[in-house]
Amino acid sequence: MINKMEAKHLDFYYKDTQALFNINLPVEKNAVTALIGPSGCGKSTFLRTLNRMNDVIEKTKVVGEVLMDNKNIYDPDVDPVELRKKVGMVFQQPNPFPISIFDNIAYGPRIHGIKNKQKLQELVESSLKSAALWDEVKDRLHDSALGLSGGQQQRLVIARVLAVEPEMILMDEPASALDPISTSKLEELVRELKNNYTIVIVTHNMQQAARISDYTSFFLNGKLIEYDQTNIIFTAPREKQTEDYITGRFG
Amino acid sequence: MTNKSFHDNLEETRNKILKMGNLVDDAIGSAITALKSRNKDVAEKIIMDDEKIDKLELEIEQNCLSLIALQQPMARDLRFIGTAIKINTDLERMGDYAANISKIVLSIGDEPFIKPLIDLPRMAELSQEMVRKNMTAYINRDREMAIKAAALDHEIDHLYNQIFRDLLVFMTKDSRNIRQSTYLLMAARHFERIGDHATNVSEWIIYMATGERVELND
Repeated sequence: MINKMEAKHLDFYYKDTQALFNINLPVEKNAVTALIGPSGCGKSTFLRTLNRMNDVIEKTKVVGEVLMDNKNIYDPDVDPVELRKKVGMVFQQPNPFPISIFDNIAYGPRIHGIKNKQKLQELVESSLKSAALWDEVKDRLHDSALGLSGGQQQRLVIARVLAVEPEMILMDEPASALDPISTSKLEELVRELKNNYTIVIVTHNMQQAARISDYTSFFLNGKLIEYDQTNIIFTAPREKQTEDYITGRFG
Repeated sequence: MTNKSFHDNLEETRNKILKMGNLVDDAIGSAITALKSRNKDVAEKIIMDDEKIDKLELEIEQNCLSLIALQQPMARDLRFIGTAIKINTDLERMGDYAANISKIVLSIGDEPFIKPLIDLPRMAELSQEMVRKNMTAYINRDREMAIKAAALDHEIDHLYNQIFRDLLVFMTKDSRNIRQSTYLLMAARHFERIGDHATNVSEWIIYMATGERVELND
């Protein structure tokens, strides 16, 4: 097992409120790691510590380390913008820009200085192909992205993340606004993407975590209660709290 | 978030498995009584009652499959349902063996035994004890009790080998003994198989309790 990332003794505070307590969690390379737990358990907060998205919220504090390829991403010499290029993010609501499909995908590469038309075209095509959207949009690349369905928009957003050639993708409930067919396509995509990327996904849908992830971690009240192979978590977890949560005996 | 009807259903399934265990326990006890006393009425009743076990097996199986489809059970609930499906089948098979022994009773008829029955009743007792210990282990999710239940299978196997040797001697001595010896050997074989299925039940109870799959009595 090679760790792409690893949280070590990670605490997180919103002002005076501690939201994460001593999290120690490995993220295996080229695997899908799912974060599950009830609302307010800290799983999304934790996800956002992995690409320093919490930095943009005022009066937050991080203690401990998040190692990416053995380098602490909170070291002073790390540029958060460069980090977020390597660690892309997909949110619950698809958020395409109100521009064409092509320009949505080319947006990131252009910002990072790619001007060559040929190169941009290649990037757009390969990103849309990797996001399993190419066949559906190849004849209308210059139409507005807002004309796509919700499921297509979510895959477009993933293609936009892929276009800047990241190493990791963080997903915060990426399928919760999608219908079952779009959800199934997205899940299939996640399984494909892990061959080339390392994925961490927050989901409220336990069946989804069970279907698509290799490892599952259960969070409760800001603490990591249990982390193990997904198969073990959903058949024979070690911790009673995990068992109670996933069997619906919680609360 | 707790799902009452789901948990009520699990409870109901548990009670049905226990009922199945009781029926099998009774069937084994009656089978050996019928054999010892060559009582055709008892034997015929066991064969008829086996239908109850078969019916219960189908009910449990259908119910467990519905629970998987409708409730997507996880962790201990999943292990509980998986175990119910597996031991349900084993218990049903044990019931079949008890019915088969009853059919042997009918085949032997009234002819006197070539030797007093000592080891076969002992096999029956041990089989019943395995069933009872298993059901206790099942109710309490008790790994140690399941291991104790499975340990009795060694003795059953030992008795089977002994009966095999004894009957071989009888058959060699006098060919007129062959017919009844074969029937008795078949009965012994059925008890031996009951012991094996009871061992499977013990293994699944351990899985249900702890999540580990163990192989008892290789």
